[in-house]
Amino acid sequence: MSVYYTSLDHFVLLPVLLLALFGCATLLFDFWVFPEAHQRKYLLIFLGLGEAFAGWAFWRQGMALAINGGEISAFHGAVVVDHFALFFHWIFLITTLIVGLISYRYLEVRDEHHGEYYGILMLAQCGMFFLASGNELVTIFVGLETMAVSFYVLVGFLRAEQRSNEAALKYLLLGGLSSGFLAYGFSILYGIAGSTQLNDIAKAVATRSHSDTILFLAIATTTVGLLFKIGGAPFHMWVPDVYEGAPTTITAFLAVGSKAASFALLMRLFASTLGSARATWEPLLIAAAVLSMTIGNLAAITQTNTKRLLAYSSVNHAGYILLGVIAGNNTGYKGVLIYLLVYTFMNLGAFLVLTSLTRKGLAGEDINDLRGLMKKSPGHALWMLIFLLSLAGIPPTAGFFGKYFIFLSLIETGHYVLAVLGCLYAAVAIYYYMRMVKAMFIETEEEETPALSTSFGMQVALVVTGVMTLVIGVYPEPFVRLAQQSFQR
Amino acid sequence: MQGHLLSVILFTPLAGLFLLLFIPKSQKTFIRLWANITAAIGFLVSLPLIIGFDRSNGGYQFVERAEWIPSLGVQYLIGVDGISVLMVMLTTIMGFLAIFSSWDAIKDREKEYYSMFLLQQTGMLGVFISMDFLLFYVFWEMVLVPMYFIIGVWGGPRKLYAAIKFFLYTLTGGVLMLLGILLLYFNYFAQFGRYTFEIAELMKINLPLATQQWVFWAFFVGFAIKVPMFPFHTWLPDAHTEAPTAGSVILAAVLLKMGTYGFIRFSLPLLPKASSDHTIVTIVAVLSIIGILYGALVSLMQQDWKKLVAYSSVSHLGFCTLGIFALNQSGITGSIIQQINHGISTGMLFLVVGVIYERRHTREIKEYGGLAHIMPNYAIVFAIAMLSSAGLPLLNGFVGEFTILQGAFDANHVWAAFAVLGVIFGAAYLLWLYQRTMLGEVTNEKNKGLPDLKWREWAVFIPLIIWAISIGVYPKPYFDILEKPVAQIVHRVHDTANAAAVPTTPTPEVASR
Repeated sequence: MSVYYTSLDHFVLLPVLLLALFGCATLLFDFWVFPEAHQRKYLLIFLGLGEAFAGWAFWRQGMALAINGGEISAFHGAVVVDHFALFFHWIFLITTLIVGLISYRYLEVRDEHHGEYYGILMLAQCGMFFLASGNELVTIFVGLETMAVSFYVLVGFLRAEQRSNEAALKYLLLGGLSSGFLAYGFSILYGIAGSTQLNDIAKAVATRSHSDTILFLAIATTTVGLLFKIGGAPFHMWVPDVYEGAPTTITAFLAVGSKAASFALLMRLFASTLGSARATWEPLLIAAAVLSMTIGNLAAITQTNTKRLLAYSSVNHAGYILLGVIAGNNTGYKGVLIYLLVYTFMNLGAFLVLTSLTRKGLAGEDINDLRGLMKKSPGHALWMLIFLLSLAGIPPTAGFFGKYFIFLSLIETGHYVLAVLGCLYAAVAIYYYMRMVKAMFIETEEEETPALSTSFGMQVALVVTGVMTLVIGVYPEPFVRLAQQSFQR
Repeated sequence: MQGHLLSVILFTPLAGLFLLLFIPKSQKTFIRLWANITAAIGFLVSLPLIIGFDRSNGGYQFVERAEWIPSLGVQYLIGVDGISVLMVMLTTIMGFLAIFSSWDAIKDREKEYYSMFLLQQTGMLGVFISMDFLLFYVFWEMVLVPMYFIIGVWGGPRKLYAAIKFFLYTLTGGVLMLLGILLLYFNYFAQFGRYTFEIAELMKINLPLATQQWVFWAFFVGFAIKVPMFPFHTWLPDAHTEAPTAGSVILAAVLLKMGTYGFIRFSLPLLPKASSDHTIVTIVAVLSIIGILYGALVSLMQQDWKKLVAYSSVSHLGFCTLGIFALNQSGITGSIIQQINHGISTGMLFLVVGVIYERRHTREIKEYGGLAHIMPNYAIVFAIAMLSSAGLPLLNGFVGEFTILQGAFDANHVWAAFAVLGVIFGAAYLLWLYQRTMLGEVTNEKNKGLPDLKWREWAVFIPLIIWAISIGVYPKPYFDILEKPVAQIVHRVHDTANAAAVPTTPTPEVASR
């Protein structure tokens, strides 16, 4: 290999190359080998194979890290693989797999089963890869746009449905705007450092004073862009509409995968690159976190559409996760990682149940559609109960440990007011999660509705997410260690 | 078995619940039977605990320790001292009686109902035997979910409102308490360089008064809501009134005790300086007295039988918290005995209301009158329950109230004077209730054909009556078992308070950054 593409570069890039390859292959196979609609679920095999190969590559990278320690960087430091990045890569992998598994029945029910769906899922994951592994502004930006463009398509995947089209358009416009902000912030950072490498930027930022206007402008615009991506207030307004309009499976993907990826980037930027400018960005993040919790919680209370409710709850969760970044000590960052891991399973799980509520002629998105679920399908209702309790942070479910680290880190760093606020909002959240519980367990169905649209993939996904939500809650030790190992600064 | 007795007690209901899940929904009798068997076994396995408990030993016994989450310093650490052993017994007995009393009352979704009761049973037991603070917290929060469903699914007309109110209130208190726990946990780390939630270890922390006060108020919110103390009591009448009979019984008999237990187990020994701080003690005592008087006065006004009993709980538990914050041997001992008594007496009163409600489906006091003519046995049982609640000598309530008042008097004459007023009001609302429902002529035609107590109802009341009388006549075993653990707490509070009076080198402020 030439000096432009060494074996190390190849080693680092292999998983994403495989994903891209399988993603593109899916598009071709859809066209030539499986032209019939009913055959399309076999394309899932491609997704599975692609993920399996990528997982194998991640695993090898993990082994290499275990031997060498630290990080492996490629392309002159533009892309790095460290424990932190690998942690997120696994989250993306699990999310994509589960979303793929639950999609085929949903798409069949909606008469929109097209092969490119699976391909684009993998391409979106490629974008996420660069958000967690990128160590250079242009690489990160390209990754971000790869992910975003894939999502623009996926959100509008229900072509016949106006809501879906509207959501896609809204996401495209606002996503474009946020990318603009981010690009603006990035360009100033480049201007400050004279380099696009995050390490160089970190050095340049460290020499600047906290009251530097240019630095403030760079950080403020970057923060705005990132808040858009993580769905944090006050730049959250796309969240409810897009979550509602998108196919439920994509809502899940957006809520978990895209959020985790954006947080990976946010943490890399704020914890290390801009770490020395904490005094500048801390007030911004505090305001955003408090606003996110307030708006997310208060708006969720009045929602009757479950997807919108979960959308606002995700704004609230973004606020919580930001609190860990604000605390800014090891516990806080560890907390962010655990929170995101836990969030992956519990939030995916909640969307799984909502997905299975979508049946022929029934959107299944209203809270009333959950009525009598306990009677109709106790399994789904009980899993949903676990996911909701976990989202609310009640032990012994996983969500409790997410909140635990956040609160502890706030106390360790003396952010008592934020800790108390977080606690009070945790109690408010109970109200709207319990509305869904109430519908499932206490109310009864008014008229007979068709049976749930469940599939083998759905069952597997439900068991995986449900069991993980319980296991992390009851025995979090290995996961705490994993997070500890993934964030060692 | 001996080595793992506490685990067996803790997980028996859970194991029963697990097997219950395999019984088909249609096998209603078998479901009830199985739940009863599980609860009975749960009670029977707790007997070796009280028999084998060494009263001469003030420390923890039957201790089991295992690593749970080593990286956070969380252990599966359980054990009982004299205080917890009484609470465990209260839980297993009342749990069994509550489940037994549901046999005829619950005719809908039995499987879920009994599952919730068994789950709750494990949660409550866990609260009383945990020696690790996080383990305690997990059980503490775990209890909320089954109670939410018990009220929300099988409750009265305003069940949803009551259930969510219960959940919101107690969860808010719980999470604020968690902050207090984390503050202690972090301070322990700052002083000793490692993380632990073990309560005995956390007692070693040297905290300045200001930090202790912060932690105290965080705990206070959690415990006071659970008790519930005035002004955090508003969830209780709703929850009690709307819950099904057995739910009300468990709520009053055991669930509320989690709050008072929390004060005794955590607030006092872990935060001795704050707990004996004059301002804090005065605030808590005044709130307790307001609770005693307010609860009693509001009870006087009630038209709803069950609501009256619910408000009487606010009054009775005011006595319990007053006793605790008298911070002396008799106050705390009396408070614990009164907690048991409240479990028995109020449990009985709720069952009494449940019996009549099942027959007439109304709880309006004015619907009744002269029931003693129609249901004489029922009237006798009610009389015993009422007198035990009102604190008649030779019945259990007297022992508790007297000891608390003695402690309160030692601590502050004025408190005792006000609290005594509560006893008088208590007698007033209970006697008046009895007069309006049981005595005089039969005023309502609908009541004429009501059947008297059935054998199953007798079977629930008899053990409670025996228990009530036994405490009233011979309370010595209770004082014996409580003497040492309470003395330890009292010493800890006063020694530290006295030590604080002597000027010492200032402790470093570790809580703030």
